[in-house]
Amino acid sequence: MSNTIVKQPEPLIFELSRSGRAATAQYPPAATAEIPAQFRRRSRPALPEVSELQAVRHYTRLSQMNFSIDTQFYPLGSCTMKYNPKACNSLAMLPEFLGRHPLSPASTGQGFMACMFELQEMLKAVTGMAGVSLTPMAGAQGEFTGVAMIRAYHRARGDLARNEIIVPDAAHGTNPATATMCGMKIREIATLPDGDVDLAALDAVLSSATAGIMLTNPCTLGVFERRIVEVERRVHAAGGLLYYDGANLNAILGKVLPGVMGFDVIHMNLHKTFSTPHGGGGPGSGAVGVGKRLLPYLPVPIVGRDGERYRWLDERDLPESIGRLSGFMGNAGVLLRAYVYMRILGADGMERVAEFSTLNANYLMTRLREAGFDAAYPGRRASHEFIITLRRQAHELGVNTMDFAKRLLDYGYHAPTTYFPLLVPECLLIEPTETETREELDGFVDAMTAIRHEAETDAAMVKSAPHTLPVRRLDDVRAAKQLDVAWKPAGA
Amino acid sequence: MPYIPHTSEDVRAMLDRIGVKAIDDLFDEIPKALRVDSLPGVPAALSEMEVARLVAMRAATDGRPLNFIGAGAYEHHIPAPVWALTTRGEIYSAYTPYQAEASQGTLQIMYEFQSMIAGLTAMDVSNASLYDGASALAEACLMAVRAHRRSKSARILVPTTVNPTWRRVASVITEGQGLVLEELPYSTDQGTTIPQALARYDGQDITALVIQQPNFFGQLEDVDALSRWARANGTLIIAVVNPVSLALLAPPGEWGDAGADIACGEAQPLGVPLSSGGPYVGFMTTRTEHVRQMPGRIAGRTVDLDGKPGFTLTLQAREQHIRRGKATSNICTNQGLLMTAATIHLALLGPVGLERVASACVARTRELVSALCGIPGVRAAFAGPRFHEAVLLLDRPAAPLLESLAAEGIIGGYDLSRNFPELGPALLICATETRTTEDIATYARALDRLLGRAVAA
Ligand SMILES: Cc1ncc(COP(=O)(O)O)c(C=O)c1O
Repeated sequence: MSNTIVKQPEPLIFELSRSGRAATAQYPPAATAEIPAQFRRRSRPALPEVSELQAVRHYTRLSQMNFSIDTQFYPLGSCTMKYNPKACNSLAMLPEFLGRHPLSPASTGQGFMACMFELQEMLKAVTGMAGVSLTPMAGAQGEFTGVAMIRAYHRARGDLARNEIIVPDAAHGTNPATATMCGMKIREIATLPDGDVDLAALDAVLSSATAGIMLTNPCTLGVFERRIVEVERRVHAAGGLLYYDGANLNAILGKVLPGVMGFDVIHMNLHKTFSTPHGGGGPGSGAVGVGKRLLPYLPVPIVGRDGERYRWLDERDLPESIGRLSGFMGNAGVLLRAYVYMRILGADGMERVAEFSTLNANYLMTRLREAGFDAAYPGRRASHEFIITLRRQAHELGVNTMDFAKRLLDYGYHAPTTYFPLLVPECLLIEPTETETREELDGFVDAMTAIRHEAETDAAMVKSAPHTLPVRRLDDVRAAKQLDVAWKPAGA
Repeated sequence: MPYIPHTSEDVRAMLDRIGVKAIDDLFDEIPKALRVDSLPGVPAALSEMEVARLVAMRAATDGRPLNFIGAGAYEHHIPAPVWALTTRGEIYSAYTPYQAEASQGTLQIMYEFQSMIAGLTAMDVSNASLYDGASALAEACLMAVRAHRRSKSARILVPTTVNPTWRRVASVITEGQGLVLEELPYSTDQGTTIPQALARYDGQDITALVIQQPNFFGQLEDVDALSRWARANGTLIIAVVNPVSLALLAPPGEWGDAGADIACGEAQPLGVPLSSGGPYVGFMTTRTEHVRQMPGRIAGRTVDLDGKPGFTLTLQAREQHIRRGKATSNICTNQGLLMTAATIHLALLGPVGLERVASACVARTRELVSALCGIPGVRAAFAGPRFHEAVLLLDRPAAPLLESLAAEGIIGGYDLSRNFPELGPALLICATETRTTEDIATYARALDRLLGRAVAA
């Protein structure tokens, strides 16, 4: 067990504060602001007063309480926690890129816009789509964009009754949440025991009210939807459109194109497949691609090219666009990182992504099965991820998925995704990614095996894990009931 | 193979273990007809060195012009520690803190951010980021409709002085749920919302009133009068604020007699570079009574099994991964890294430093306005108090002037003619603490020369 994590508690930055202390090197020259009393703040906000070194030490120590890709194997299923190449970051942070104001004239942004234009083109190529907009700021906003375009398409055709979005029960929570945000009704359909969509259930919900279906393929169960062609025919025949949730694009990069599968719209999570850093929760990018039918509705801005010059296309160029989703053009710095990543990988490198992420997943699934763990879909190939169900262990040993997950932390592994998808009991959704070595995967199998052994001999120890981290299991109920979400100065 | 560690021996051994002959066999569940075997349209791989050269050349093409635009994105000094710390792998390459025990760093930073933003806005509770200011406004409108149970109209009044792009984004994002955003007129003399314009809504079911302070023109709205109207009318108040300005200006929690109900905005000015528009970081705060209607992640302080304090994601029953179709929002991945930058930035500046920055912004903008208004053909559109932006009226269209200035390395402002044609040729300009007297003089000389030359021609 090797954890280099900082275990001593770190006070809040507010607790380090002393009135009159300051990082004065950061101050601008003093100036007087003439603001009439009526508009002025009456008392200073309660911000910390610390020295520069105190701040540096505090946030460095906090960082050392985190697991991360740079420090640990992080097989969080559905999230594609692969290595984030350092070059992507350093090049996106060139001072000219950082300093560019989003509203400065296109004549002063040709270098940046060239990167964005080429990124659009590469994303079209890897998805088989006719057009791309980079503006959505994460997968969920890409989904919103997609469903809004589907709605705009039906509306433009006078097909006003189409207000239902079909989602499989294995879908990520953002899919139904998005449908609601777009004012759609949700029709959930069942998944068969083998992991494919139940076509009979699909037939039963398709109607003249169907706006579209949202599918992830390979789905979040870690298997490829084998009857995708039948699904596509049925949905299109019913007048609906197909939305591709690209969270799992890593698994098929260069092997199958969503456009060829018949999807009308796709979002890509550039923070997954194209390896932009997850940042402790974000930022992401949810760039969308569309087939011909939805081209007119793409959100703006988009980078266009007139001869040798790049320019922004806006609602004057795309009058039927669903409009804007962000203050400017979305997460430009994330897009630059994805651009650098794609240029370093090139076409061959991208195919290797699908190949080796799939190889790693199938190898890890095989080894875990050999070690006596149960795959949720034993008859199926793994995509770039797969599910282990610990139902048997929970039943026989009284040690559940949560306990395994917490104990894995003691072994220095970030836990896989737990209890998602909801339809597999006691599930661990495991996504090793292509950037992990065989030794790392073997180490994970050893840890899982060791934990099971511990569960057999000392279940209580496993049930109270983790034991080696800055804190033990936290009281979530208290967190919600005795809400403490902001520090307040004494007396406030 | 970039970033893939497998030796050919690894591959052989792994395939044997799985029991297949070739990697391609692992894709045998995919219908053959759908398979592609290459990616035309994606260029061949380059080495890191080659990409670095290409990208650095592109960046150099764009150069580093002298910037006088704000309009929703503001150039500020960013202390060196901010990005040195933010790009530490332990912060930058982690994800959402689902495993709280292994993410105490991220969670404590979220808690500190929430505390700072709640303090700045003088509101009870904050979330730990939304995508950006524009989408935060949209989420605030949706939240107001959920929070105001007695109101049935879903009508929201939005002054024309609110950032026009944000207004557009709010309508795109809220349209599907049937919200109606209605525009409130402004005085073209004052550049602020006309409080009397609210009179026609007296007694009507209006869910919320949006108030942006400082407004899009940089002018200060009479937030107290607007807030009092809303309170008297049973209308919720959504404040849109610039966090830097809050070092000087009355915070939303103190507007009118009882404060705003929701405050939101863009925290980019706190340590986040301009970077062509993103990634930035939206924020939102509210009263405790509405916290269950708030979108986005929230970190809470609690205790562990030993009673030791620690942090965890809380009120997750609001969120899509639990509540699915009934969640408060579909947001999942947020802007955590930028939230971290903002937290470190505020820790370094502290209350006094932030006030110094805000004061310098006001002073520099005043200096800029007076320098430019000394040029024939240029005058300030509005007289009232302002923060760090101002509208200039010109005697000729702004667009060609801006192009000429850009050719000289000066980004001269934001052309208002498209969104505010009623003003005639008009320019929105901004100076933060980063603009020196010399920068301002450079701009004034160039504009003087351009206007003089064009008149002579
Ligand atoms: C299958 C799936 N769909 C959608 C999303 C939402 O993407 P994002 O978090 O970028 O909004 C995720 C990831 O979080 C996902 O795993």
